[in-house]
Amino acid sequence: MSGQPKIAIRELTKVFYKKQGSTTAIERISIDIAEGEFVCLVGPSGCGKTTLLRIIAGLEKQSAGRFEIQRSGKDRPSQSMVFQEKGLLPWLTVEENVAFGLNMRHLPKAYVKEKTQYFLTKVGLEKFAKMYPKELSGGMKQRVSIARAFANDPEILLMDEPFGALDEQNRFILQEELLSIWSETKKTVLFITHSIDEALYLSDRVLLMSAQPGRIAADVRIDLPRPRKLEDIRSHPEMAAAFSKIWQHLQDEVQGSRE
Amino acid sequence: MKILHNPVETEKQEWKKERNRQRAKTALTIFSPLFLLLIWEFLSRSGLMDARFFPPPTTIATAFVELTVSGELFEHIQISLFRILAGFLLGAVPGIILGLFMGLYAPIRHFLSPLIMALMPIPTLALLPIILILFGIGETSKVVTIAGSVFFPVVINTAAGVLSIDSMYLDVAKNYGASRKDFFLKIALPGSLPFMLEGIQMGQAIALLTIVAAEMMGARSGIGYLIWTSYNAFLLKDMFVGLILISFFGYLFSLLLRGLQKKLLPWR
Repeated sequence: MSGQPKIAIRELTKVFYKKQGSTTAIERISIDIAEGEFVCLVGPSGCGKTTLLRIIAGLEKQSAGRFEIQRSGKDRPSQSMVFQEKGLLPWLTVEENVAFGLNMRHLPKAYVKEKTQYFLTKVGLEKFAKMYPKELSGGMKQRVSIARAFANDPEILLMDEPFGALDEQNRFILQEELLSIWSETKKTVLFITHSIDEALYLSDRVLLMSAQPGRIAADVRIDLPRPRKLEDIRSHPEMAAAFSKIWQHLQDEVQGSRE
Repeated sequence: MKILHNPVETEKQEWKKERNRQRAKTALTIFSPLFLLLIWEFLSRSGLMDARFFPPPTTIATAFVELTVSGELFEHIQISLFRILAGFLLGAVPGIILGLFMGLYAPIRHFLSPLIMALMPIPTLALLPIILILFGIGETSKVVTIAGSVFFPVVINTAAGVLSIDSMYLDVAKNYGASRKDFFLKIALPGSLPFMLEGIQMGQAIALLTIVAAEMMGARSGIGYLIWTSYNAFLLKDMFVGLILISFFGYLFSLLLRGLQKKLLPWR
């Protein structure tokens, strides 16, 4: 790793305050993520991983600490998010949804059209451009969501369990497609999942979170060469070791929270 | 027992049965108003029902033709439709704009809600005397009366529509950097449209109720005026023509708004 990290998170803390008492969702989280790195955040539900992502996405304000996304040009948005299912605006067509970020930045029409077209083709939905989200399957909707984020050309991409609601076959296909688009653009990605397989297959680094308060419990490097195949994850001995390490940790976490 | 193995034939029979059932239902729907008219005609002509109060439908139809030929009916319809349309726009447009603001901005909502809730139950018709004093007996008073009764369902439904927008969509707009104006036009407006159109549908029904009553009390023309003067002159055939016209326009407006709904909400 050379130079400044792309994302620098320092001592980030979020407390939710209520009359009955406060809960610390995440506590003093510090992470450096390098340019072009694909990082997965894995943790049991309720560990604050979504809170962390929402703070970086500008949807929530931290209670303490800070984070910085290194900018490469001032015209570029610092981040774009791929939401969980239902993240598409139902009153816009597929095409308009992909163009949404670009239109919100009021970029020239011709440029928007070209970009939209490019990413629609990339995710194989050019034939569905004029349809509304309700007419699409779950997998197609998430393709549109991914196309929208990439079309916006942000400094970093944030993904909040984008494939969580899909069936297994569709999830495998979309993971593969995501990696293929990502390998072209080499964007820095911060990806939330609760699937260990997904994390191993996609990422360069897996950050394990512990729950209540949410902290980074482990930082596992995944050195499997790219382009990867899904089968590699299952057959590779190193991956099996990584899997059991992560599994062990999650088990402890879930058990711990029961007591 | 003979076992038939012809699944397609079995399903075909089922399908035919189902289709016949559907046809029977449609026939019933068409038949019911006709049935009512037939009974009415019979009772009225046989003297079982007082023909002075319930003239047979055929004579009402004749009265309709006479009024149409004389041109009188057209004038009444024209003026009533103008009042409905003008009043409707004057009530619905501010209702939509104010409703959007109320939905989007909590301080505006909290300030205006109690006022709207308190004013809503007062029937605009009860205010007609004051409206007549303020705006005179001319067109303005009728238009204002209708506007007053259309405004409330529209403003309330529009505000509720904005509040019903899934918070996920608000997050999407924020994350992709929507400006205040884009947020208003690209998120709040389309997102609240389904609720808003329901409010407009209600407003339309109220507008019809209001116009008749308003024209009965303070007008020299219009369908309500026709109903009222015919009644006073004991020309009940003509009165029924007025009533049937109101029923017809109510149905027509509902159909038009349904069509508009389909057109404006292709994504639903």
